[in-house]
Amino acid sequence: MRNAIPVLGVVAAIMVVWYLAAVWMNAQWTRDQAARAGVEVSFADIVADTLAQDRPRLPAPHQVLLELHALTWTEEVHSRRGIVQSGSLSNRSLVHHGLVTLSATFLGFAFGAGFGILLAIGIVHDRATDMSVMPWAIASQTIPIVAIAPMIIVVLNSIGISGLVPKAIIAAYLSFFPVVVGMVKGLRSPDAMQMDLLRTYSASSFQALWKLRMPASMPYLFASLKVGIAASLVGTIVAELPLGGAGLGTRLLAGSYYGQTIQIWATLLVAAILAATMVGVIGAVQRMTLTRMGMAQ
Amino acid sequence: MAGDSTAVIEAHGVGLTFETADGPVHALKDVNLSIGKGDFVSFIGPSGCGKTTLLRAIAALEHPTEGTLTVNGMTPDEARRARAYGYVFQAAGLYPWRTIAGNVKLPLEIMGYSRAEQQARVEKVLSLVELDGFGRKFPWQLSGGMQQRASIARALAFDADILLMDEPFGALDEIVRDRLNEELLKLWAATGKTIGFVTHSIPEAVYLSTRIVVMSPRPGRITDVIDSPLPRERPLEIRDTPEFIAIAHRVREGLRAGHLDD
Repeated sequence: MRNAIPVLGVVAAIMVVWYLAAVWMNAQWTRDQAARAGVEVSFADIVADTLAQDRPRLPAPHQVLLELHALTWTEEVHSRRGIVQSGSLSNRSLVHHGLVTLSATFLGFAFGAGFGILLAIGIVHDRATDMSVMPWAIASQTIPIVAIAPMIIVVLNSIGISGLVPKAIIAAYLSFFPVVVGMVKGLRSPDAMQMDLLRTYSASSFQALWKLRMPASMPYLFASLKVGIAASLVGTIVAELPLGGAGLGTRLLAGSYYGQTIQIWATLLVAAILAATMVGVIGAVQRMTLTRMGMAQ
Repeated sequence: MAGDSTAVIEAHGVGLTFETADGPVHALKDVNLSIGKGDFVSFIGPSGCGKTTLLRAIAALEHPTEGTLTVNGMTPDEARRARAYGYVFQAAGLYPWRTIAGNVKLPLEIMGYSRAEQQARVEKVLSLVELDGFGRKFPWQLSGGMQQRASIARALAFDADILLMDEPFGALDEIVRDRLNEELLKLWAATGKTIGFVTHSIPEAVYLSTRIVVMSPRPGRITDVIDSPLPRERPLEIRDTPEFIAIAHRVREGLRAGHLDD
């Protein structure tokens, strides 16, 4: 486990910086409070207080972890609204909000990746599609969708499209592009000799796609799926910002309205854990698939 | 098929010009050649002499801009659709995601053979190239020479009576190459196929061929066609005989003459 040392070293360094930043950023509030109350505070008091404020500018790592624990385990297991006592997930718990976000992410990702793969197949096989679609695909990514997503959601809601679908649309929009780019590269990865070989068999282009291009594109597909699913999650969260109801994005905005910085950070942590897990799962499927295919790097 | 005719491949005044940004490149000019059934014909010459282009034109991977080229009495395109030939490239080009048997099966799947037929043929051709028992291995588990043998098996799997080989052993070391040359002769004797073989090795060409086509570059053309007096049965030692050395000398002279016109 020689790798563990640098990894732990980096984590430790982040923690140190985080704690120092928390003390530094929250100290002003502590001093103001003390001045208002007319009491002298020692440096030790300031440090202790900065790490235990209710609404700090920057919550300390342990506060975020405690909040995460409170909003998941404690809420579900011990709270009256939790799944243990009520039989359904609590609407305060991040488990519930995370699952709502996750379902829209998956739906959007499935549509985005599927659409991306189909588009890539079209682009590779038809020069007209390549020349007519690719510029639009690239142009589509210059639209700051993350910035205007809330507007799109509001508009869609006003014409009666609500629930999972609008969020999934944003998620799909963000995830299709990396899949298109990766798949076009992957489907074109067989060299001239391999394409010539199929020509000597008079293989149809469908046979070439199915027997050569598709399998050859797998390493590229998985790489772009990893980017795509992370983009889907970001898209979903951004799309949830203006919405009431449930979802990590909704919780983020609610947290910022009420200055619940600790809750915001706990929510962000959940989002990060979800993203890491999803990318990790795709990575595991990738290793399994490529090893089975004899293409593991 | 033109079964009555002995010429399997015939070229009359074949020329092939590539239009490039720097103007036309004459890859082949006025090529006349007739290859009979069961011949082993080598194409030898320096790079740029059009030997690979000629082989590719026979395989309908390139299209002559002048003259007529027929394969089994058909145009190369028709011959390809009729599965007249198997093609072996310089690199084995096996699919890493398929086993050796799976790779040999590839043309059979594309051509729509039944599963039972595929299985039977794979076993037959793998034993023909002495790879029995390697069917379940993946390409990376095999040496370069074995991979190239598997790619030959792949070209033999369907019933083409022509085998076109484009420097198939060019990337292999000399010891492996000698062994594969010997095996190729056995294979040729066992199957009676017509073989077109591109190489830049004089000993390889002389050892293998019944006819040696010497080519020279700019424009790519045939400078000499040598009918080998060597017997069809050829042990490796034949390379030390005066006949062998005489043919090799003539090939070398032909190659040099081609260069003198530059």
